[in-house]
Amino acid sequence: MSPPTDTRLIVEKVARVSYGRLLAFLVSRFRDLQRAEDALSDALVTALDRWPKEGVPSSPEGWILTVAKRNLLMLSRHDRVEDAFARATLEAPLEDEEAPSTFPDERLRMLFLCAHASVEPSMRMPLMLQVVLGLEAKQIAAALLVSPSAMAQRLVRTKARLNGEEISFEIPSGDELESKLFSVLETIYAAYGLALDGIMITGAAAAEMREEALYLVELVVSLLPNEPEPMGLLALILFCESRSRARISDAGDFVPLHAQDTSRWNTAQILSAEQWLSRASSLRRPGPLQLEAAIQSAHSQRAATGVVPWWGIAELYSSLVSFAPTVGARVAQAIAVGESEGPSQGLRLLDALERDEPKRINSHQPFWVARAELSFRSQDFSLAKGSMIRAIGLSDRSEIRAYLIARAAYFDSRAVPRASVDD
Amino acid sequence: MEYMLMFNETREELAKRDNPAAAPAYWGAWQAYIGALKAAGVSKGGNGLQPPRTGTTLRMVDGIRTVQDGPFADAKEYLGGYFILEVASLEEALEWASRSPSASAGSVEVRPVMPPPPSA
Repeated sequence: MSPPTDTRLIVEKVARVSYGRLLAFLVSRFRDLQRAEDALSDALVTALDRWPKEGVPSSPEGWILTVAKRNLLMLSRHDRVEDAFARATLEAPLEDEEAPSTFPDERLRMLFLCAHASVEPSMRMPLMLQVVLGLEAKQIAAALLVSPSAMAQRLVRTKARLNGEEISFEIPSGDELESKLFSVLETIYAAYGLALDGIMITGAAAAEMREEALYLVELVVSLLPNEPEPMGLLALILFCESRSRARISDAGDFVPLHAQDTSRWNTAQILSAEQWLSRASSLRRPGPLQLEAAIQSAHSQRAATGVVPWWGIAELYSSLVSFAPTVGARVAQAIAVGESEGPSQGLRLLDALERDEPKRINSHQPFWVARAELSFRSQDFSLAKGSMIRAIGLSDRSEIRAYLIARAAYFDSRAVPRASVDD
Repeated sequence: MEYMLMFNETREELAKRDNPAAAPAYWGAWQAYIGALKAAGVSKGGNGLQPPRTGTTLRMVDGIRTVQDGPFADAKEYLGGYFILEVASLEEALEWASRSPSASAGSVEVRPVMPPPPSA
């Protein structure tokens, strides 16, 4: 028998690794999100209580699932179940368990449930992080800069509203699929971005979450094989993953994409990303995620050719902006245009963005980095310095701040002799 | 809504102010941050504070007044400065808090400013 501390670790591991799968399975059978969550967490508590005495069962997941189902059935009995699914489950003998690790993965349905119309758009990612990836409210709150108690309350309210609806646990089709799919993919990508930044969680947990996000996209791709956008996202995430070892130097410093040592890129992941992107393109239905992946594909060409194809990248950004003119995409477009047509053309795009979104850019750090770099290249040193200081002031990561402070010092070193010559 | 951002700094962080090797980066980061706050039009004013040892703490104990040099008690972090922000929500205040240098070296407490009590 394992000592108690080891047992606790095993329970925690099951909770972390399998929470989403277990919960999705329970919701798919019982159609009650709140109760399924309660039943599952009660089952985990029971495991903590009994495993140290009785030993860890051969299939921890299967054990927890069985106990959670019993908990749910008890609740249903109290309720004189009306729901057909619950009744069917009630009538099925409990011993008829799915084999431990072969119970179906219903997380895709769960993802679509998170994109349900009754879930406020701003709550889709938090809900997904909790019910599909098993994160705690306080971790989600930290990632999204919300107070933990407010996040917990919003999650409870969101789930109550979902439960008030007839929970449709179906994968939509037709036009509905298209709009909901976008929201599902956007949410997975955002969760991946958080894990990549390591703001919410670091180390092994962040790596695990990146893997989970990757796995979820693969799941979407395999279940919707005729949809190109999931493949686009898969390619996009693989491109990002391929550079994860190059983003931070051995000394722990931030390294921007253009300065990364391409020998640290993962060639197998790049290859796999390229394959998914070309499969997506062969379906001839372009979309924003495919465009973003294509942009990353172009950046990856530097590993082979030593140069970045800025003209092509600028074209791709112009298409992306026509799909979704976000501030982020417009800033990136300005950088690409600055590289391909010259800094003054890039600065013109930034000026236009400032006119259109004066309030948004006040707190948009990449805008100021772009303006600083483009101004520096067009030898407007005072605008370059001022913009870089704005960017430093808007950075929320110390390694990025350190990188930008070093850039500002470099600007100074180049600007001073020139200014004295002009005098 | 108005929020007060209280920047708490560790001793090591405060020591950078007088360390010639660390001071330029320390002040550079703070000046950039405060500049960004002001340029975004969310600042309603604030200040940095001299280090805790320059403070004087006064209190009455059992009717006897005591005056003590420095802060009342030793702590891991000390208030290094504060700003009042006018923003739409707590989330926006937290976003600004996350950008401050003490968010990565120390902590930031964000508290809503109390509206004036109803006059008696």
